[in-house]
Amino acid sequence: MKGWYAVVDEIILPLSRPTVGVAGRTGTWRVNRPVFNSEKCIKCRLCWLYCPDNVIDVNEANPSNFITIDYNYCKGCGVCVDVCPTKALTLVPER
Amino acid sequence: MVLTIKDLPKDKYVMPGNAACPGCPENLGLKFVGMALGEKAILTIPAGCTSVIQGLLPGSGLKFPIINVPFASSDAVAAGVSVAKKLIGEDAVVIAWAGDGGTADIGFATLSGAAERNDNIIHICVDNEAYMNTGIQRSSQTPLGAWTTTTWKGKKERKKDLPMIMLMHKIPYVATASVAYPLDFIEKLRKAASIKGFKYIHLHAPCPVGWRFDPMKTVSVAKLAVETGMWILFEAINGKVVISPPSKPYVDKTKRKPIKEYLSIQGRFRNITEEILKDLERQVDENWETLLKFT
Ligand SMILES: Cc1ncc(C[n+]2csc(CCOP(=O)(O)OP(=O)(O)O)c2C)c(N)n1
Ligand code: SF4
Ligand code: SF4
Ligand code: SF4
Repeated sequence: MKGWYAVVDEIILPLSRPTVGVAGRTGTWRVNRPVFNSEKCIKCRLCWLYCPDNVIDVNEANPSNFITIDYNYCKGCGVCVDVCPTKALTLVPER
Repeated sequence: MVLTIKDLPKDKYVMPGNAACPGCPENLGLKFVGMALGEKAILTIPAGCTSVIQGLLPGSGLKFPIINVPFASSDAVAAGVSVAKKLIGEDAVVIAWAGDGGTADIGFATLSGAAERNDNIIHICVDNEAYMNTGIQRSSQTPLGAWTTTTWKGKKERKKDLPMIMLMHKIPYVATASVAYPLDFIEKLRKAASIKGFKYIHLHAPCPVGWRFDPMKTVSVAKLAVETGMWILFEAINGKVVISPPSKPYVDKTKRKPIKEYLSIQGRFRNITEEILKDLERQVDENWETLLKFT
């Protein structure tokens, strides 16, 4: 069953379902952009662990491009840049 | 076996593009709850930033089954869900997830009642040390000296020691955690889930908006709270306190960083006096002393 409600004993209850982008394209909030430099990456996964918005994915099968950032939803907070031990991630201003 | 980053599941319980502010510690905490318990977790959530993070019908910014409840009922509803799940023979970990206001102030009577009845739930207090969702008003968890929109000249009272109050409820499990130490938090959540009865976890959650720091520093600020000894990570099974590994070095007072390092990167402590600083330092020593008596 999909939709915004569930029926229990003939009573309609409001029900929300998990949705990517429930607050819209949050990438448009970004003032700064995290940029990834694969050469410096030591594959520690700390950026993946600490990204508050879950927009970093780890590519186990692609060591030459170990992480991907979904810029549609990345809010540019910079936490990933702060926790990266090797400066493989840097924060640059959006135009 | 020690838990490592590589052991953590990749399933996402915090959906990209939700309404949390950049660098939000509540999003981080929820992400770790998902990693720890996955689809076994059911949450009751009162008003607060997290209910905004969930977003508006028909979508939800979180993947957990969630019941949104009136403020002072989180633990009572969670207890009911826990019993219902047991009656139909389904395995679930029911969590009351509330802010510091929803836990220490507005929801306190229900929290204390559920703890005393030893209801089979986990209460997680996500502590950003003020009522953030309504615009940064003070709570009983706001520390001495901190600016909020209702303490313009800095709060005059000390932070209420909630983990200690919960310890005195003689419940089977009490722990503190921090968003900067996810492996420690996840291990504690899994341990709590394996214990029957009432479990309390107090999660320290530095908020860039209310504490006035750069959103990139959420994890660094949370780390400094532990490294200065201002936030002590411990767990207590049946009342016996064990200091957790990240806080172990700071049992030794000389290993603690000066608390100024923690205070000076937060705008909310910008105007504190020398006297308040001394009192805050004294509180760190006192809190350690009290806690170590229960080890
Ligand atoms: C009974 C009741 N009183 C007051 C409110 C208004 N209110 C909504 S959120 C909130 C503050 C919540 O603060 P806290 O529990 O610390 O969570 P945070 O927003 O910091 O995550 C208040 C007072 C309400 N929704 N219901
Ligand atoms: S800037 Fe923030 S939201 Fe964007 S990838 Fe880094 S941690 Fe995630
Ligand atoms: S934190 Fe830095 S080094 Fe570690 S995986 Fe991410 S980009 Fe690579
Ligand atoms: S005010 Fe703080 S806790 Fe609330 S959503 Fe924003 S960053 Fe998160």
